[in-house]
Amino acid sequence: MANEVVDHGRRRFLTATTAVVGGVGVVAAAVPFIKSWEPSARAKSAGAPVTVDISKIESGQKVTYPWRGLPVFVVNRSKAQLDALPSQDSRLVDAKSDGSSAEQQPKYAQNETRSIKPEWLVLVGLCTHLGCVPDFVPVMKPEPFDPNWQGGFYCPCHKSRYDMAGRVYAGVPAPKNLLVPPYHFVDDTHIQIGVDPKEAS
Amino acid sequence: MAGVFTRIGDWVNERAPGLMPMYRKHMTEYYAPKNFNLWYYFGSLALLVLVNQIVTGIFLTMNYKTSAAEAFNSVEYIMRDVEWGWLIRYMHSTGASLFFVVVFLHMFRGLMYGSYQKPRELVWLLGMLIFLVLMAEAFMGYVLPWGNMSFWGAKVIISLFGTVPVIGGTLVEWIMGDYLPADATLNRFFALHVIALPIVLLLLVVLHLAALHEVGSNNPDGVDVKHGPKGSRWGADKPADGIPFHPYYTVKDLVGVGFFLIIAAFIIFFAPTFGGWFLEHDNFLPANNLVTPSHIKPSWYFTPFYAILRMIPSFFSTAFWGVLGMFGAIALLFLLPWIDAGKVRSIRYRGTGYKIALMAFAASFIGLALVGAGVVGEKLVEWVPSDATFWENAFGRVMTLIYFGYFVFLWFYTRLGWEKTKPVPERVVFDHD
Amino acid sequence: MTKRLFPMKRILSSFALAAGLLVGATQVVAAEEGGLPPAGVNIRDQASLQRGAKLFFNYCVGCHSLKYVRYSRMAEDLGLTEDEVMKNLNFTGAKFGDPVVSHMPEDAAQQFFGKAPPDLSLEVRAKEEGPDWVFAYLNSFYVDPTRPVGWNNTVFPNASMPFPLWELQGVQTAVKKEGGDEVEKLELSQPGKLTPAQYQQAARDLTNFLTYASEPAALQRQRYGIWVLLFLAGFTFLAYLLKKEYWKDVH
Repeated sequence: MANEVVDHGRRRFLTATTAVVGGVGVVAAAVPFIKSWEPSARAKSAGAPVTVDISKIESGQKVTYPWRGLPVFVVNRSKAQLDALPSQDSRLVDAKSDGSSAEQQPKYAQNETRSIKPEWLVLVGLCTHLGCVPDFVPVMKPEPFDPNWQGGFYCPCHKSRYDMAGRVYAGVPAPKNLLVPPYHFVDDTHIQIGVDPKEAS
Repeated sequence: MAGVFTRIGDWVNERAPGLMPMYRKHMTEYYAPKNFNLWYYFGSLALLVLVNQIVTGIFLTMNYKTSAAEAFNSVEYIMRDVEWGWLIRYMHSTGASLFFVVVFLHMFRGLMYGSYQKPRELVWLLGMLIFLVLMAEAFMGYVLPWGNMSFWGAKVIISLFGTVPVIGGTLVEWIMGDYLPADATLNRFFALHVIALPIVLLLLVVLHLAALHEVGSNNPDGVDVKHGPKGSRWGADKPADGIPFHPYYTVKDLVGVGFFLIIAAFIIFFAPTFGGWFLEHDNFLPANNLVTPSHIKPSWYFTPFYAILRMIPSFFSTAFWGVLGMFGAIALLFLLPWIDAGKVRSIRYRGTGYKIALMAFAASFIGLALVGAGVVGEKLVEWVPSDATFWENAFGRVMTLIYFGYFVFLWFYTRLGWEKTKPVPERVVFDHD
Repeated sequence: MTKRLFPMKRILSSFALAAGLLVGATQVVAAEEGGLPPAGVNIRDQASLQRGAKLFFNYCVGCHSLKYVRYSRMAEDLGLTEDEVMKNLNFTGAKFGDPVVSHMPEDAAQQFFGKAPPDLSLEVRAKEEGPDWVFAYLNSFYVDPTRPVGWNNTVFPNASMPFPLWELQGVQTAVKKEGGDEVEKLELSQPGKLTPAQYQQAARDLTNFLTYASEPAALQRQRYGIWVLLFLAGFTFLAYLLKKEYWKDVH
């Protein structure tokens, strides 16, 4: 018996099959462990969409709301600030938000004002360079960091500048426009941050 | 592809020439007896469970909170809010119990086939140390969920140290870092459970295996294969009854792993509390220092030793005797290689007296477990309601006597020439199945 | 071939025996600790869970929390929409992702009942008899003027809880054993909105919901478990063939 000829083909086949099936098992067993790192039900609950009242925000003013622990800027832009937007196009990295910043806003905010309603700007207030919170500098007058300033956001960390639509200026460290989160208007005075208009309807 | 692997292999071999010889020594050229039976699966299974405990344990620490205020909540957080957290937790809790199932069977195998006898005393001692550390590890892990059983289990077990003469009281406070099991206790147990003891455990396992591979594995016939006749298909100088561990025992153990995982998965997915044996009902209540659970008992794997503690009454106004008995029951196992002076290893060729004694010993262990778990008490309340405690104590004490009697019997039996052994064959008996 | 299959059969039968012992052991434990009629709950009966949830949120949540259960998770497991849960079950104004927390202030509860009503998230798991205990408890209230809250319970004597479900079950009175204080049986002295059979079902639904609440993961583990076992059986069979193939060298 001990000198029986070994069937190497069968042996190799069984070794390979068992190895593959065992490997599939190990990978499948790893999935729950990997998935356990995803946001938990508690984190998801804490990061749930928030509805905010915007009726008290005056023209030209910014209010910051937390959503998923991130600062979300809601700005009520004035007529003058809106009118100045096109004049900045030539100084911006991606004025139309369809190049390097194409993913920086939902489709419904991919327009001249980067918003659903022109006056209401909603942004995640984190610089696209290294994640600092930029200052809101709404005045339209020459600033030390920009003689042609038409209002916008200025990051104190590494001097990145964004215009009144959160579009990044050329020649600063930040590469992309500020992120527009999903949001929609519940009614004229309330917006819900974290939910697209489509999902809400 | 194959070329790349060969080149990487050559690169490593050039820089670490000792690796391949080490692999060969422990795997492809470790000649294990070819007649291993069912009892020989439990060693590799213990290793598998150890790996499971380490991996699932690491993932549990990612969400567990080490504080008396938050521990219980964090366990329920793992069970409900963390994706797949319930599976990781059940794998860990079921693994803990199955670890002891496997280790008990592994140890009984050692008893049956005389694996503790010369020249394997060191292997046995290291194994016993593993068992001891494993019990400490399990106890401290059991405290971490901070349920009501965790709390009272900790309180009772730590109180055992209070029976130590003179320093007992101070010792108890020192262990707890408080006047009752509290935040400080939980924190130090966590540190020991997740870092200190696992390191010791891993080191001991490595030494246990290294010591085994120096002397070679025993087998169901207790025949010395390593120094026996030579000559096999693997070489004229190789043991005639030995086969390379890899691939023969790796593929065989794989089958054992498969069956074991089926049982483990059945418990994890369909009976994770195992009827209250693996996860107790009272531990789903948060720790409460004012209310002791009505059915307080240790985890099932401690029950035999706990029963010995309960069955030995206090005299000379100290409860120390029970504690001494409990630890003595474990200490005697350490000394087994020197208590048993038998000339034959395997139960197959030992005297009838030995066979009966070992069966009685195993039965007493199970009997004590049933006493410790309260099963005997519950049954007796049904049968003899008026004298239940009397009969429980009588039964438990007989079991305790048998347990200790085994060692006493073995001492005299093997030294006074009472044992009539059967002739041991020169080669292993290998039935073709 | 038969010779080769023989050990496989032996292994399989010993495995079947082991599995049988496992199941047997759990059932023996369950039977031993019984004495109570079986609750007959089934957490995969979604309609029953929904009815149970409705009872819980109408009669229990005033005093008892389910602090480990989130409305959102419950909606998902019970097959309810966010709107249904927020309109029909959530009366505390909690957010959808929040846990179920009763609004009863703790000191008020202390004053009314002598102790704060316990959280019920783990009630079923914490009881030795599990759902059977809760089911029996819900069936065993009777009026007892000697108790501060006017109610007593045969399963949990001198419970400090009044019986909010009385309008459904009706009022039970205790029939005492002759010449003693021991309760022999309970009689329905005043019918409620439900017939006895309907009330049994309602108590079962509520118990079912609390059983679900004590371990929501039970739904997942039973669903995945069967596939894991099938996979492992296949793997073990392959490993067995592999072992047979290699061990031809040894035999």
